[in-house]
Amino acid sequence: MFIVAFVSFSLFNFVGDPVNSMTGEDASDERRAEVREVLGLNDPVYIQFARFVGNIAQGKFGISYQLKREVSDLIGERLPATLELVFVSAMLAIITGVVLGVYTGIHRDSFISNVILIVSLAGVSLPTFIIGIMLIYLFSVTLGVLPSFGRGEVTDLGFWTTGFLTISGLKALILPSITLSLFQMTYVIRLVRAEMMEILQTDYIKFARARGIKNNIINYKHALKNGLIPVITITGINIGTLIAFSIITETVFQWPGMGSLFINAVYFVDIPIMSAYMIMVAFIFVMINFIVDITYYFIDPRIRLKEESN
Amino acid sequence: MKKLINIFLVLVMSGFVSTSYAASIKWSMPGDSLTLDPHAQNEGPTHMVSRQVYEGLVTPGIDMEILPQLAESWEATAPDTWIFNIRKGVKFHDGSSLTAGDIAFSINRAKTAPSDMVDLIKSVKSATAIDDNTVEVKTEGPNPILLNQLTQIFVMSESWAKANGCEVSYNWDAGETSYCASNANGTGPFKITFREQDVRTVFEKNNDWWGDHSSHNIDKIELLPIKNDATRVAALLSGEIDFTNVVPVQDIARIKSSAEHTVNMTPSNRTIFFGMDQGSAELNSSNVKGKNPFADKRVRLAMYHALDMEAIKDKVMRGQSFPAGIITAPGINGHTPERDQRLAYDPELSKALLAEAGYPDGFELTLDCPNDRYINDEAICVAAIGMFAKIGVTVNLDAKTKSQHFSEVKEGDANGMTSDMYMLGWGVPTFDSHYVYSYLFESSGSWNKVNFSNAKVDELVAAMGVETDLDKRNAMIAEAWDITQADVTYLPLHHQVVNQASKSNVDVPIRMNNEPLFRFANVN
Repeated sequence: MFIVAFVSFSLFNFVGDPVNSMTGEDASDERRAEVREVLGLNDPVYIQFARFVGNIAQGKFGISYQLKREVSDLIGERLPATLELVFVSAMLAIITGVVLGVYTGIHRDSFISNVILIVSLAGVSLPTFIIGIMLIYLFSVTLGVLPSFGRGEVTDLGFWTTGFLTISGLKALILPSITLSLFQMTYVIRLVRAEMMEILQTDYIKFARARGIKNNIINYKHALKNGLIPVITITGINIGTLIAFSIITETVFQWPGMGSLFINAVYFVDIPIMSAYMIMVAFIFVMINFIVDITYYFIDPRIRLKEESN
Repeated sequence: MKKLINIFLVLVMSGFVSTSYAASIKWSMPGDSLTLDPHAQNEGPTHMVSRQVYEGLVTPGIDMEILPQLAESWEATAPDTWIFNIRKGVKFHDGSSLTAGDIAFSINRAKTAPSDMVDLIKSVKSATAIDDNTVEVKTEGPNPILLNQLTQIFVMSESWAKANGCEVSYNWDAGETSYCASNANGTGPFKITFREQDVRTVFEKNNDWWGDHSSHNIDKIELLPIKNDATRVAALLSGEIDFTNVVPVQDIARIKSSAEHTVNMTPSNRTIFFGMDQGSAELNSSNVKGKNPFADKRVRLAMYHALDMEAIKDKVMRGQSFPAGIITAPGINGHTPERDQRLAYDPELSKALLAEAGYPDGFELTLDCPNDRYINDEAICVAAIGMFAKIGVTVNLDAKTKSQHFSEVKEGDANGMTSDMYMLGWGVPTFDSHYVYSYLFESSGSWNKVNFSNAKVDELVAAMGVETDLDKRNAMIAEAWDITQADVTYLPLHHQVVNQASKSNVDVPIRMNNEPLFRFANVN
């Protein structure tokens, strides 16, 4: 975390001069100097860094240069939008990915499997913003059935704003979550498929077949269950990636989440928001890895057995 | 069953009645207002939002002419003293009445740091309320463009600002979020009834407005910012928004092809140009050592004749530009159609001029360009570099994001190297040439990064800043342009264009500063 703090701090020291965007291009030199002094940009770099780390340790991310508001408030407002989007995308990716993955794993050479695989290839190879724009063009401009931007009507629960409770909020979720999930979905499909194919060759499956157990039970109870362990690992780690990837999706769909906040901050050289965002994402990554490691313990009996034998 | 049908009918009818008469506009632009505090940011989109809600003593009309607003009339009683007579019966959105005290308070608030309007009205020495309906404004010496400057100063309620702890725009040291940054209380034709920054802002018609609502039929405006160009265009085409004042050049043809939409265009008040460092002894990036090629007027002229702006207009700008001969746009005092004529595109003449100046084989240097500030900025630079290559001048492109570009042009790069040649665009909010001269031509001008210095021009700039006799002053402006145009101080490129697009039944007058005035808008 300290390294991330250092990297984000030093990175933003070289992205440009915030004073220029803050004062406008026709401000006088005295005014610039004054703003620079107020922001503490004239202090030596190590003092600036010490102040930066000290503030973060106290949970103070500072005041946005551009919006003149507490960065922690801004992130608090934007976080629900991003997390809801990521949650729906992750669900979509896992459920669709597992179902299609099992199907293509069992029916290896069928026509439908090949179609699924080819389409999913498009999912990884096309950039997110093109997929987003294509979906907008199809469903908003041509068919006119889904909104092209925004979050729809949201319900404010006090600490959290949710789009799950209104029809327009749910409709607004569809296109961005598909866009965001497509890459992960492809990943999951291929992973599940490979696992299924491998497991279906193993001796215990052959043995189960020999015992005359029904195909469905073999496929879903025995094979899939064992195949899911690596899938959980990978998707767990990838939820962090989804949050990071959401920058592009949020920009395309004008989704009022952290990603679009970050992008606006980059344009303006709003250093407090940028560094807070970086540190937030790094923190989420660390937490997710931690949680995934713990879930191993519960899912994989071998890890537990090793512990006990010690 | 009958009951159900009745209930259904009532629901349908009530829905019908409540919506059928409300003419509303859904407006989108890439960014949102940064703050509702009218003095905290001197920035385009911020003023666009404030202008619907707040009013000034005077205001620019559709064609940027200065109209009375909260001041009914005014007179200059001495060269440095102005008396404004305040309109009676004006009410703020919270119901309180406007007094001269509110106006004096607002001007003083705007001219006190940390307000962002400090530089704009630094010539104002004091503003005081003489009685309830009269305000006296004193300036540092005569200021012929005071009214232009005052169009940007919005009036707040003194008691409201004080009651909510925002006597000043914001307080860095206290790290406080100002109430006035997220709430507005103006005197204007619309009031803000809902605001979620960057997501949605709702304006509703102010029925207690002093002015005449007959010039528009808008009851409700919703501002829905959409940053991504393609998404904004898609939202327009799918009918989710009615109007946008920022249209990407590449999508104009697509929107025009839709039967239900229209696109309007007008020259903006921003002119794009190249600056060439002609004052330094030696260029930093050039292979010519010991002297500065740009110090020779023939070289600057050669660069001028090498640029084919019509080709750039056709190929790079897709017709969306007005090639310029002067770095101030039409509609700004000092601009004339004659001055706006470009010198001919003539690469042969350029080569001859270069040979005459002692550079028959040309020379090499670096051009600094922004890549996210002006319309197609980097593409213009790339095209210009090809044209310079034809006359033997090898130009290397250094394109970067605006925040870096501007600070490097202004203060030099990390090694203190100043730019030899750069792209810049200059918008003129005061609609007067003095704004161009005091920044770009005066020896001490803060954006005079070509190191131009001319004693006569300095003298004229100082004089036009205080001369109140309009004819004499216009003669000074004309003389200054004569000198700098003959000198080829800058290389004018083109005037940018303002585009806006809307549904065909939505009529928002287009203005050269890209600022919509919904009090003149109609939905038919």
